[in-house]
This record gives sequence, C-alpha cells and structure tokens, in this order.
Amino acid sequence: MKILGTLTTFLGCSFILFMIQAQPPRAFASPQKTKEESAYSEIGKAPEKARSKRNPLEKDRDAVAAGQILFEQHCAECHGDNAVGGRKGPSLRATEIQNAEPGAIFWVLTNGVVRKGMPVWSKLPEPQRWQLVSFIKSLGATPTKTEPAPAGPSQPRSMDSSLPRR
Amino acid sequence: MQINCKEILVPCLSSRPLCQPLFCLLLSLAFTPTMKAQENPYFVAYDHYLEEPGNLEIEYFSTFGTQRGGNDFHSYWMEFEYGATAWWTTELYLDGQTTFGDSTIFTGIRWENRLRPLKREHFINPILYIEYEHKNGADKILKEGEGHDVEADFLTPNSVARQEIINEIELKLILSSTFKSWNFTENTLAAKDLSNSPWEFGYALGVSRPLALKASARRCSLCAQNFVAGVEMYGGLGDRYHFGLHDTSHYLAPVVGWNLPSGWTLRISPGFGLNDNSHQFLLRWGVSREISGFGTMVEKLFRGRP
Repeated sequence: MKILGTLTTFLGCSFILFMIQAQPPRAFASPQKTKEESAYSEIGKAPEKARSKRNPLEKDRDAVAAGQILFEQHCAECHGDNAVGGRKGPSLRATEIQNAEPGAIFWVLTNGVVRKGMPVWSKLPEPQRWQLVSFIKSLGATPTKTEPAPAGPSQPRSMDSSLPRR
Repeated sequence: MQINCKEILVPCLSSRPLCQPLFCLLLSLAFTPTMKAQENPYFVAYDHYLEEPGNLEIEYFSTFGTQRGGNDFHSYWMEFEYGATAWWTTELYLDGQTTFGDSTIFTGIRWENRLRPLKREHFINPILYIEYEHKNGADKILKEGEGHDVEADFLTPNSVARQEIINEIELKLILSSTFKSWNFTENTLAAKDLSNSPWEFGYALGVSRPLALKASARRCSLCAQNFVAGVEMYGGLGDRYHFGLHDTSHYLAPVVGWNLPSGWTLRISPGFGLNDNSHQFLLRWGVSREISGFGTMVEKLFRGRP
C-alpha cells in the first residue's frame, strides 16, 4: 500500500510539474527564428493537387463574415486578434500567406503543422475550413519587418468591423 | 483579463507563500479566456483529435445506471485534459460513485496520455493511448468495456468492493477517419491489471457528424453547426485465455454534443445494453469547458512576468 501511495503521489506531482514545465513549442511562433522562413515554410510543402483546389465558397457573400467568427473562436488565440501574429502563431497577413493559393492554405489548415505546434483542423467540416480561407485571404497583406513595403499599400481588413450579433 | 493578485488576495494569504499562487490560479480560472470547443460527442470512443496545445479542458461526466438484482447507481468523473503539444494530450481523472441505498465513495484516479505519431492527416489516423489507473473494485464509471466485465460484478456492496485495489495499465490503438465531415473511429483496447491477471480486451466504435457543415455568418448558440450527433458502441472481448464474446457486456448509445460559443460543451447519451450481461440502461451526460492559454497562465503565475 505504501508503494502504491508513493506511486500515486509521484504521478500526481509529475502531472503538476509537467503542467508548469510543458509549454507548446515556440519554434512556430518565435519571431527570432530565422524569421518567417520557418513559420511559413509549411505552406510551400502543399502538394500540387492541394494547391490547385479552388475555394468552392469564393463567391459566397457570407463566407468572409462566417470565417471571421470561426477565426475568433479557433485561431485568434495563437495568431492574434487581428491575425498579425501572436505568441504561438505567425502573422496571417504576411505576403507568404496572402500570396499563397487558397488550396495551399486549406491544406495547411487540414493537416496542421503538428511538430511545430499547430493542431490539425480537419475536425472543422470542410466548408468551415474554406470559410476560414476566405476570411484569411480577405485580410490583405501587411509587410513583415524583414520585407520591403509593396508599391501599392493594401488596407488591412479591420477585425473590428461590426458583425451581426445576436 | 489581467488580474492583480496582490490587490485581490486577503492579507492572511500573504503569510502563506503556497496559498498565493494557488488562490490566484483558481481566481484566474474564473476570468480566463475561453475558446469555443469543437468537441466530439463521444463518451467512450476516442477520435484522433487532440487538445490544442496549451489549452486545458475541465470536464465533468455523469452516468446513471440501472442494476438488476441490486441498487441503481450514479457514477461520475472529473477530467482535466491538457494539450501538452499538438501531438500529445495528457489527462487526469478523478472518479467516484454513489450506489443508491448504499454509499458515496471516491473510487480512484486515472492518468491518460494520447500520442499522435503521424504529423499529417491521413485517411486513417492512428493515435496511441496509454493509461495508468489506480482505482478500487467499486469503480462504476464504465468508461470502457473490457474483458469479462458484466452487470453482476456491480452487485458487491461498496464497503466490500472498495477493499480491492486495482492498478491497471490500459493501452489503446485509436484509428479514426474523417470522410465528408463524418467521423468514423475504431478503438481496440488491451488492459492489464498489474497483479497476476491476464490481459483483457475490449473495443469501442463511433460515428458522428455535425448537423450543419457551413458556419453561420451570425453568432449563435442554437445554430445547427454547433451540434454534433452520432452513435457509439462498446464492449468487452474477453481475456487472453477466453477471447471472444462469451460472458461479455456490450452497449449501443446514441450521442449528442452541443458546442457553445462561450467555450462550454454539453453532451448527453442514453445507452442500451445489448445482451443479458449488460446493464439495461445507462444515461450519461457531461459538461466541459475549454480554457485557452492555460499553460501560459500557469507559467506566468509560477515564474513571474518577464
């Protein structure tokens, strides 16, 4: 019994210590990490078949608004409220994302970047992932610190736009 | 929300160094940001989706079960599910039960780990599951069907059953697929009591689907997209020496989950025994809340702000 008690205590303490120590990997988030190369490299790994997929909700007028709600519920925690990047996730307004094919963004959403901390989002039904893609593409590019500003400055979409609320 | 503990804590706590972070932790939970959960509706089966890294999900589950030849029971467990990384989720369970006309007792703890070996999504996604259980013989949560567990095992009075201490290792292979927004999952289980008992086996199958696939452009709680419905089936497969369906119990249970935008998830499931060895009826329900950024919050509390 004493051994069992000790084992139980050990397991309990291990769990608590683990909760304190184990933090999500920061490689995906770290702004110092060989800059955006590591954070955005996954998008370049999307296979050709996935890249060539077209967004079936491209012409859906509600897709961006629905995508914004989904973003706030599932993505803003890591990528920041305004999608400019957070402690764990990179900016989604970067040109690497904004210039990527919708199919490539959809592929990253579906597969996640598991080894670098981004979970698999295939638990969201496919139409919802496309709604997220519509929203992300609607944000417009904002130059990152390491890249020159584009000739024609794009106006980032405000996340504060008033959405119908119940 | 930023909380200044020093302003809130009562003076007496300042003299107890351990109380301060613990009190602050509890207080912070009440105000901490939540994230809308996108949870499956299963009670027994697992799919391949792990907890988001750094998030803590606190869950309470309850099972009411009928008992032929004895008293009905109500068992329950608290579950603390933490996303350690995107490929590793760890959970701590605290179990208890009330047998009507008998007593209410704490029945044990479980420590569960789920690991995702593959880094991308595939048609079939394997998850490795390992759990350590330290419980007594009065455990009635029926979290899985295994071995030759049958309804008659629950007739033993709590005062006697609790004398038996069980230390068990449980391994599962979870194979889960999502196809056209339907989730299909198949879990096979092998459990070994660390005393001299044979390996026992079990299974769980599940299928579920959200009621609507597109998200609404309006914020809503009652939209069909927030509901997930399905069915699960589970039971035992005997042990190493007597493998098969002989003297095993099996259940079929429709399941419904409601993922609220506030971060809460509600689940309910009426379960039906499929043979004479099974409880005739089980009613399960559960409530859970996901707390985003829990890991970061704990780190700040114990390490101080940079």
